[in-house]
Amino acid sequence: MADRRSTGLRADRIFLYAVLLCLAVLFLLPVYVMVCNSVKPLDEIRGGNLMALPIVWTIEPWLTAWSTAQIGVQPTGLKPYFVNSFLLVVPAVAISTLIGALNGYILTQFRFRGANLLFAAMLFSVFIPFQIVLIPMAKTLGVLGLAGTVKGLVFVNVVYGIGFTTLFFRNYYAAFPNELIRSARMDGADFFGVLFRILLPSSGPIIVVTVIWQFTNIWNEFLFGASFSDYSSFPITVALNNLVNSSTGVKEYNVHFAGAFIAAIPTLVVYLVSGKYFVRGLMAGSVKG
Amino acid sequence: MRAGALPKLLLSPSVLLVLVCVYGYIMFTIYLSFTSSTLMPSYEWAGTTSYQRLFAQENWHVALSNLWVFASLYIGVAVVLGLGFAILIDQHIRAEGAFRSIFLYPMALSFIVTGTAWKWLLDPGVGLEHTMHDLGWESFAFGWIKDSDMAIYCVIIAAVWQTTGFVMALFLAGLRGVDAEQISAARVDGARTWQIYLHIIIPQLGPVFVSAFVILAHMAIKSYDLVIALTNGGPGRSTWLPSVFMYQYSFTRNEMAIGAASAVMMLAAIGLVVLPYLFSEMRKVKNG
Repeated sequence: MADRRSTGLRADRIFLYAVLLCLAVLFLLPVYVMVCNSVKPLDEIRGGNLMALPIVWTIEPWLTAWSTAQIGVQPTGLKPYFVNSFLLVVPAVAISTLIGALNGYILTQFRFRGANLLFAAMLFSVFIPFQIVLIPMAKTLGVLGLAGTVKGLVFVNVVYGIGFTTLFFRNYYAAFPNELIRSARMDGADFFGVLFRILLPSSGPIIVVTVIWQFTNIWNEFLFGASFSDYSSFPITVALNNLVNSSTGVKEYNVHFAGAFIAAIPTLVVYLVSGKYFVRGLMAGSVKG
Repeated sequence: MRAGALPKLLLSPSVLLVLVCVYGYIMFTIYLSFTSSTLMPSYEWAGTTSYQRLFAQENWHVALSNLWVFASLYIGVAVVLGLGFAILIDQHIRAEGAFRSIFLYPMALSFIVTGTAWKWLLDPGVGLEHTMHDLGWESFAFGWIKDSDMAIYCVIIAAVWQTTGFVMALFLAGLRGVDAEQISAARVDGARTWQIYLHIIIPQLGPVFVSAFVILAHMAIKSYDLVIALTNGGPGRSTWLPSVFMYQYSFTRNEMAIGAASAVMMLAAIGLVVLPYLFSEMRKVKNG
């Protein structure tokens, strides 16, 4: 609730903008450093200044990070792991979003015993520390033959995404005008008729929020990847961490910066393209009930 | 409408998955924590042995005291900065959207990316210290990340950078929901802007403070990726958190029962923070 009248006080306003600009620069600094050092030759980083623009520009670190850096046994670069992350994210997001829509529909439109308790149980599952399920899940994936596979990671991320997606859709459908659904029923719409002809066509906003939320969460996920995958199925986060933390010999900072940026690109793009929805997704994930 | 067979049938896979993979697994891990499992799970009941051994581990106490430092400073600083940013943004500024986006974008990044970026920024050999020396400030020293007494503060810096924008977004939503009439009344009485924030607006943001606290506390207890990418728990074990302890003991030191016990302690800590919050939220929903 800002002070309209203070707009007149110029010194105040100048100070305000100065503070905001400084903070903005501070917040942009890490990404600036990441990008600008990813296009420098290595000796320029070691001998020079991390904040300075490159004297010699090179895309070599990007090419190395993408296709030849040593991550596994073979010098494959981040490329196969980037692909793994997409193979993981696309089905995991699609499946968990569909499940969420279905659950939200059922939990808001049908009455049955224990529905509230069930919803509360799902809500709490959103908060559990994943450390508590790590050991039994590792065992389960082993038994199912899914250990060390991208499919296994899809399964895990779907399972622990259900709480979120159900929460999003349930809250959205709870505010949905009931008359529409009632009249559709009178016109003879059955279970799927209501879902496909009434609810889903007007679910655009919540679908976008859910997809963004799940995409960023699963793309950025590390613990499951580190626990349940191997060299053939590492997601990009695990591969990047391997590249940065286990490299022996000369530390190729420029390659690490390029790698970090490659890993960040998809979620940054999502954020830039759909910033408004991204914020809404964050808020939806935080305002419970 | 009463649920027939079809809705129940379609809901049941989710119910089953949550029941087994959340609550079943929690039970399983709790059970494991009362066994003598080492490399492989063993189902022989061993009472509270592993809890006794857990609490006898110096590593656990190091992890706990690190968590204490990390959580209190991380939550405190992120809340204060988040509120501060929200108030700044709330002053009818130009390019509000741009500022908001800049403060919020770190949230889109993975903690592994954040950790990697800050790892080199804070590294005295290449980062800030090196840059300052290069600029002629020879005596500038910033080697926290290599200093076992200070490294935990590096984790806090990176974590705060990552989440402040999110806390700002929470407070911004709260600020925009504050009753406008009270504010104009105070203005008529001649109150200054800062007085209005201090005496009228901030006291009304109680629920936002609670939400921010619960979310940040639960993130702090879960924190794993950032530490791994930034310091890998080091130097020594100076940035170990319970999450690092759990992973180490469960998967590399073959002390599965102790790892399970530490996971149970983490769950208990989160439950202590989150459950009261969830109950009160659910009650609010029920009462309309």
